[in-house]
Amino acid sequence: MKYFIKKIITLIITLLFISLLTFTAFSVIPGDAAISKLGVDASPEAIARVRAEYELDQPVMTRYVHWLEKALHGDFGQSYKYDTMTVTQLLKSRLPVTILLAVMSFVIIVVIALPLGMLSARFAGKWLDVLINQLTQITMAIPSFFLGIILTYVFGLVFKVFQPGGYVSMEEDMKGCIEYLILPAVAVALPKIAMVVKYLRNSVLSEMKKDYVRTAYSKGNSVNQVLYGHVLRNALIPVITFVAMVVAEILAGSLVIEQVFSIPGMGRLMITSISTRDYPVVQAAVLYITSIVVIINFLVDVLYQLADPRVRTA
Amino acid sequence: MKKRNYSLIIGLILTGIILIITIIGQFWTPYAVTGMDSLAKNQAPSLIHLMGTDNFGRDVFSRVMNGCGTTFFVALSTVAIGCFFGVIIGSLTGFYGGLLDEIVMRINDVLLSFPSVLLVLIFISFIGTGKYKIIIALGVMFIPSFARIVRSEVIRYKSQEFVRSAQVMGAGNLRIIFVHILPNTAVSLLTAAAIGFNNAVLAEASMSYLGLGVQPPDPSLGRMLSEAQAYIFTAPWYAIWPGVVIVLIILGFSQISEGLRAISD
Repeated sequence: MKYFIKKIITLIITLLFISLLTFTAFSVIPGDAAISKLGVDASPEAIARVRAEYELDQPVMTRYVHWLEKALHGDFGQSYKYDTMTVTQLLKSRLPVTILLAVMSFVIIVVIALPLGMLSARFAGKWLDVLINQLTQITMAIPSFFLGIILTYVFGLVFKVFQPGGYVSMEEDMKGCIEYLILPAVAVALPKIAMVVKYLRNSVLSEMKKDYVRTAYSKGNSVNQVLYGHVLRNALIPVITFVAMVVAEILAGSLVIEQVFSIPGMGRLMITSISTRDYPVVQAAVLYITSIVVIINFLVDVLYQLADPRVRTA
Repeated sequence: MKKRNYSLIIGLILTGIILIITIIGQFWTPYAVTGMDSLAKNQAPSLIHLMGTDNFGRDVFSRVMNGCGTTFFVALSTVAIGCFFGVIIGSLTGFYGGLLDEIVMRINDVLLSFPSVLLVLIFISFIGTGKYKIIIALGVMFIPSFARIVRSEVIRYKSQEFVRSAQVMGAGNLRIIFVHILPNTAVSLLTAAAIGFNNAVLAEASMSYLGLGVQPPDPSLGRMLSEAQAYIFTAPWYAIWPGVVIVLIILGFSQISEGLRAISD
């Protein structure tokens, strides 16, 4: 129990730290948001009015406390660029798409990487292992956005089963949306599959050297029985911590891949907001994404601890 | 019998070839890098244009040759920054330990749990876009990974015999760190540098692809890809060649790092 309380306190401190960092960082950025909203020809009075409206004339710490207070209630203020929408509305419309994409890539990774990793370890040193190793080397070297472009070309032009830019929103047609997201999900997943396969293989191989494996063999178990009955669950424990990293990588990957497939998710929102200096949106997006990463790390830590109580004392 | 280190050989050859082409590309290219030819738009690869031409009739091969230079420049400077500060921070915290070490490593842990592309994206949103800004952003992002590696190596060596004897001889702490311990970390540092180089190439290409990295007129493989995407159905070679070159650069360095790891084992 003490372990969990300590973890939760660390989590809260980290989140606060991140929010403070995001807020101050965006406050010291050169370039006046009021000018970027109104244009350089705006009259000083209009600029002063906008500055007052966005509380830009207050000291940083006051603004931070105000901002945090509102943010905790889900209010990130008004976007500079999209006049009619609040930041929260914008994020709410974009976040589900990115999450769906991330979940789909995660499923693809698990379904493909686990069997491949086990096969690779089972036949370590044989031709199958060498083949898988070479394949993973190559897929790790392909940037996901390049893979996305190639997939668009192959499935769009050669097989004609994919319509680039033909994204349909979730509300409109859930099935069509998922169908459109398959290729982007594959593009995000492929380089990460390689990482997981490699990691699982090494984890299984180092487990195989342990004493309990020899005991299991001496009891007359077959290779497959030992591998799936005894080794797999132990080998998966270190993989769990690795999964946190993979999830974060998937999030980052989907930010980039959204641009390739013109998917209106968090990534596109963030990138357009960065280029149009729409700071309230960028700020909120950064806070959202970093919080997700931190919380996933926390959950994985807890999960890891449940799966392997030995780490609690360590 | 000693097994030959094929990874290292393949990696060095691949990287060597690309490096030679890149260096040539900084002084001489078959066509002018920005030279447009309205009569030769979107031409397929041929003996005249090895990698075809783009929508302005620019020679893709010439642009790739030159663009690789930007990629190498950004990646090498990034690794240099990350390595330099990482070594200093890592060796000092590793050698002295204590509260500072604890704080620095906690910050490192948090930073390392974020993917580099995400961190760079956040960093870019603070400081803005451009070739030198992306170098600063990436360089700062790589400091933690180098610091961690150097730190663990320094901790491993600091209680060993040769460090003790140096202390007995009256060597100062800084001398021990930089003259006696650091040379031993060379192989792991090189491996980390090769991996870091790959991450830098990937991150630079991604950022330039998103329009947040290298800005025109500097040529960049990533930005070529984003320009090419609009013509993917009419001129696929324009997208494929810059992409393939990125893949080859990364493949070369990952083979080198595999080879180096085999040496250190």
